[in-house]
Amino acid sequence: VVVLDAAHGGDDPGARIKGPAGHGPEGQSQAEKTFTLALSVRLRSLLTARGIQVVTTRESDTTVDLNRRAEVANHANARACLSLHAAESGSGIHLFVSSVAPAEPERFAAWKTAQATSVTRSLALAGMLNSALLHAGLAVTLGRTALPAVDSMTCPAVAVEMAPERGPDKKMVTAGLGNADYQARVAGALAAALLEWQSEARQP
Amino acid sequence: VIPRYQTVVFSVLLVVSIVMGVVLWQLRERAHQRLLAGEESTPTQAPEVAPAENATLLVANDSDGSLLAQVQSLPLPQDPGARARVVLGKLLDLYAAPDANHPVPGGAASIAQVFLLPVPDQNAASNSSTFAAGRPTLGNSKTGLGHPRPGEPDLATTEPREPSPQPPGSQLAVVNLTGAFAANHPSGLETETLTVLSICGTLRANLPSVTQVRFLVDGQQRATLAGHADLTRIYLTADAAPQQ
Repeated sequence: VVVLDAAHGGDDPGARIKGPAGHGPEGQSQAEKTFTLALSVRLRSLLTARGIQVVTTRESDTTVDLNRRAEVANHANARACLSLHAAESGSGIHLFVSSVAPAEPERFAAWKTAQATSVTRSLALAGMLNSALLHAGLAVTLGRTALPAVDSMTCPAVAVEMAPERGPDKKMVTAGLGNADYQARVAGALAAALLEWQSEARQP
Repeated sequence: VIPRYQTVVFSVLLVVSIVMGVVLWQLRERAHQRLLAGEESTPTQAPEVAPAENATLLVANDSDGSLLAQVQSLPLPQDPGARARVVLGKLLDLYAAPDANHPVPGGAASIAQVFLLPVPDQNAASNSSTFAAGRPTLGNSKTGLGHPRPGEPDLATTEPREPSPQPPGSQLAVVNLTGAFAANHPSGLETETLTVLSICGTLRANLPSVTQVRFLVDGQQRATLAGHADLTRIYLTADAAPQQ
């Protein structure tokens, strides 16, 4: 099972992403929640087509509490969880793993640091995503952060933030977030990495 | 001929007007005295001009997710709290500049206060609510989030680590940001993480005794900076230090 968490939604629009990065004309802006849902839907289709069971935290523009997102992921007993985000700043794909310190599994884990037992596997998953994205010719930035929903997930979890693709000068946007080809490349690379992750997890 | 009742009414109104005028004049005098008394109680000592010293700022760059150390010459006060505020103010001034690589509006005025407190409990430092600010071990030679080189995703090699005990004399910096800064901060995982990380790293570079950082906004705890980075945690500055 793979859990896809399209961040924000409903009353929580997330970041405002201005054109031309967004779908709309220059000067207008779109909400982050729109892009995260679009990426989630695209990725779900690719994974389902490859025989991977997918659980999503939202399928439409609805408000989902951060704790509820982690609950969905934890109840799914997933092999991988991706929290999908979008931003106007930076370039390419930003991969973030929880900055909680790794810990041995315990009978009862603190909710806010439940990721501690899986963070080492989350780092491995981020490495696999990184390789697939680089292979697809995408710029990748890796980091650690404290993100409430991800910190409470017990599965290997990575936050994926999609930023516009920029040229060598890191300023000129070559593919905005609304670019269908760019979205397809990102979703394809993520799907390939998750497929490889699943196959490695099945190996004894 | 003016009727008698009109004369009486006019006289009464005249007396009332005069009385009101006197009362208002007295109230004005009292307010003036209070103002003068307040001025007398304010410090009259002129602020000392601190000598310029070198301060190391960890400046974020959105384009590659890095933090680069930048040395600036600043007049730094001796008081550690005031020193921290000046250094962080300069950092945020750089972010407010028009050509900033990590644009965040607000500038130095966004740092309302910085309090330095002794770390309350050594055990509390290693409890589950303490988070690394962001491990700089993931990227390349630069500090921060960094770009991995193809073939070098040594992400999985991170060993489980026990949070190190805090050395004696460790301090917790409470950084109180203004609501306007948080409201105007660009929303995004990377940009918010870089802001938090650069503040923690800058504090560590200039005040080595500061090992933990906690953030407040307008004196209150806030869930996230701008929708992503968790501000309810205590951040460890050791994890925001530049890589050697």
